[in-house]
Amino acid sequence: MTPPEPAVSVRDLRKSYGKVAALDGVTFDIHRGETFALLGPNGAGKSTAIEILEGYRDRTSGEARVLGVDPGKGGLDWKAQLGIVLQSTGESGAVTVREQLSHFAGFYPNPRDVDQVIAAVGLEQKASTLIRKLSGGQRRRVDVALGIIGSPTLLFLDEPTTGFDPESRRQFWQLITSLKDEGTTILLTTHYLDEAAHLGDRAGIIAGGTLIDIGTIDEIGGADARVPLVRWVNGGVSRQQRTSEPATLVAGLVRENGGRELDGLEVVRPSLEDIYLELVAAYEKAEPGLDTVAERPARPAETEVAR
Amino acid sequence: MTTIEIPRLPAGRALRLGASRIRMEVRSYFRQGDSVFFTFLFPLVMLTIFSTAFSNQEFGSDDTGGAISAAAYYLPGMLAAGLLLSGLQNLAVDIATERSDGTLKRLAGTPLPITSYFIGKIGQVLVTGTAQAAVLLLVAGLVFGVELPGTVGAWLTFAWVFLLGVTTSAVLGIALSRLPRTGKSATAVVIPITLVLQFISGVYLPFSQLPDWLQNVANAFPLKWMAQGMRSVFLPDSFAAVEQSGAWNLEGVAIALVAWLVVGLVVCRLTFRWIRKDS
Repeated sequence: MTPPEPAVSVRDLRKSYGKVAALDGVTFDIHRGETFALLGPNGAGKSTAIEILEGYRDRTSGEARVLGVDPGKGGLDWKAQLGIVLQSTGESGAVTVREQLSHFAGFYPNPRDVDQVIAAVGLEQKASTLIRKLSGGQRRRVDVALGIIGSPTLLFLDEPTTGFDPESRRQFWQLITSLKDEGTTILLTTHYLDEAAHLGDRAGIIAGGTLIDIGTIDEIGGADARVPLVRWVNGGVSRQQRTSEPATLVAGLVRENGGRELDGLEVVRPSLEDIYLELVAAYEKAEPGLDTVAERPARPAETEVAR
Repeated sequence: MTTIEIPRLPAGRALRLGASRIRMEVRSYFRQGDSVFFTFLFPLVMLTIFSTAFSNQEFGSDDTGGAISAAAYYLPGMLAAGLLLSGLQNLAVDIATERSDGTLKRLAGTPLPITSYFIGKIGQVLVTGTAQAAVLLLVAGLVFGVELPGTVGAWLTFAWVFLLGVTTSAVLGIALSRLPRTGKSATAVVIPITLVLQFISGVYLPFSQLPDWLQNVANAFPLKWMAQGMRSVFLPDSFAAVEQSGAWNLEGVAIALVAWLVVGLVVCRLTFRWIRKDS
């Protein structure tokens, strides 16, 4: 049996703006049906990478294949297989939610049902409202709806839940989970690490234009980064200790305490967010030049769009 | 390695989606108050102002000796201005705004053929431009009592001048949309151009009263020829004498408009992109 071709395959991808390298040799694969979270600080190169894969930007060098096609040369057949939720949009929106979705549905060979999509993003009450009259979070849900209307094989989500309230975010997670169940491959960037942990199968962390770690959500950062942390209060002083044997430590502490309960006892497993912050901090310490990368505008000024 | 199969899209989508774009474009055009006022109603407002302000002035007489009213005198110029506003001004501002606000970027990520996008834009201009001309003619005829031509020949001339003019104007609008760097600056870049053209091309000021050198400058631009074509339809033949060449010169109108149409198409072909990649 031959292994299936990955949905996305990137080898030594580089992108320079003049002398500044926005992407400095990035390599990863996204398997079919997988949800891959691309994480990193602002200006790290996430959007540059995703926009190269969407066909919006040319790469300086390296290889990229998206659904087996060079994204710089993808035609309409190829685009019909993609769903793209861009990071920001600011359209004037003189059409209603339903008009816009019905119109876009016509572009695709196998669109989803418009009313089902409106319901899936929770905009039933706003279906006949002009898009320009919606709130920021509601417009973002229209963006997501437009991204999935064409039943994409591969869905790009660039910070999709910015501006969502917690309830809408949970609803969005359900929607994405149902798309995953249908076999959709998803590339997600987000600043919400709980979102990446909830939705992602694997994650890549990008900083300063390079991929500093990649792995499954449960393994990224390595075993050392996952060592649990035990916290307790002893005589009014908070104490903490990292140990791979937290139960043994707690049992010993209880014994020392004469068999009494410990105050403020917590055993914490580092979340993806803790691990992420640690990895990025370690990288920034090792690469003092990173500040210049962080201050450089993430994208050229004229593609900046008002949010 | 098993490779990924990408199904082919069915043929003939471009026209169907173009029709769908026209509906969408016309709908959102009429829902935007500024475009309705500054492109659709503007010539009508100007016709009303001129007809009222100059109602006591002499504009010459027709072939049977009847006086030409201010409304009759200004109608051809306003029809020509409508062509320029509905086509060039409207599309140049509209597309520059769409480029800037992310509309084009969103469309670029979908399987919408670029041809369908242009069918939508030019179709929108045809629909709104036709409606605009119809409103102008109706108001001129019913409210200001302008006597409209009664011969088939005159209306045939009107039809080709209108169609060629509106198409050329639309194509030039698409070409000009590359000029403004941002959507916010679009009106500031485009409106002065159309305003100056209207003043030197015989829309607001009688063309025959402009100095020769200014007439020659205007000759290089399409609006002068649209206005001249419209005058040939709506003004008495005796008025041809004050034209620059002493005649309506419809061949000149056709040649100038076709030349600008070709220039516009070439510029569009060379410069139009969905988005500015990497600049």
